[in-house]
Amino acid sequence: MTALFYVAAAIAILATVLVITRSNLVHALLYLVVSLFAVAVVFYTLGAPFVAALEVIVYAGAIMMLFVFAVMLLNVSADSPLRVPLSAWIGPLVLIAVLLAELIYGIGLSNHALAAGEVGPQQVSEALFGPYVLGVELASVLLLAALIGARHIAAQPDEAPAGGAEGDAADSGAGAEGGEA
Amino acid sequence: MAAVSLDHGLILAAILFVVGFVGLLTRRNLIVALACIEIMLNAAGLAFVVAGARWGSPDGQVMFLFVLAMAAAEVAVGLALAIRFRQSLGRLDLDDADEMKG
Repeated sequence: MTALFYVAAAIAILATVLVITRSNLVHALLYLVVSLFAVAVVFYTLGAPFVAALEVIVYAGAIMMLFVFAVMLLNVSADSPLRVPLSAWIGPLVLIAVLLAELIYGIGLSNHALAAGEVGPQQVSEALFGPYVLGVELASVLLLAALIGARHIAAQPDEAPAGGAEGDAADSGAGAEGGEA
Repeated sequence: MAAVSLDHGLILAAILFVVGFVGLLTRRNLIVALACIEIMLNAAGLAFVVAGARWGSPDGQVMFLFVLAMAAAEVAVGLALAIRFRQSLGRLDLDDADEMKG
């Protein structure tokens, strides 16, 4: 179990670094899927199989599918790699590295072992629908608001001049949808 | 079973968060910026799960579920914004959105 954790953690870090360095958008998203799968394995080794399954289903499944659909809809494949020159962000990078080193040092001062055994779906569900039931209701309201908001934002308003993207399939579809509504 | 120490899990979460943050600072593509926010939210959720596993309590996993719902809502609105961004500005470069105009 311990070896599984470290291998999955190394894969997660490596894949995440590749996400932010690839200039091809689709390649970056594929590495992000790999990173999310690795984090799912980490969850499993930490004794949280329910969250590991949700990570694969919701993050690597639903959310990444949204990303891939957006990339296909917007027809962007390879634009804007590292636009800011290296000399501009070498300073922030060094400062962030120092902060991260401090954080790792601070965390590493104590050595706590994790509790043995796993917390299964039953315990999580009992907590979720027991003391946290108000949070579940609020999450459902949040998701509904996001759904309505996304539809409102993405719909083409009638009076807006469709600038420069008349031939786009997404544009014409959204425009027809907004026009007839 | 789980002989992983709490510190290593938290360090993994910190590293993933910082990598996502560096990506958010350095990349100017809107889709990549949204993906970096996803990485950071995922790292925060990982910290919750690790802390919950420290005491064998389900609270950390419950918090991860809330983070998951928030990330899904955020990415739905963010990608809708990306569609509007592309329609009005023609590209997905965040530097293009430097003036406030309807």
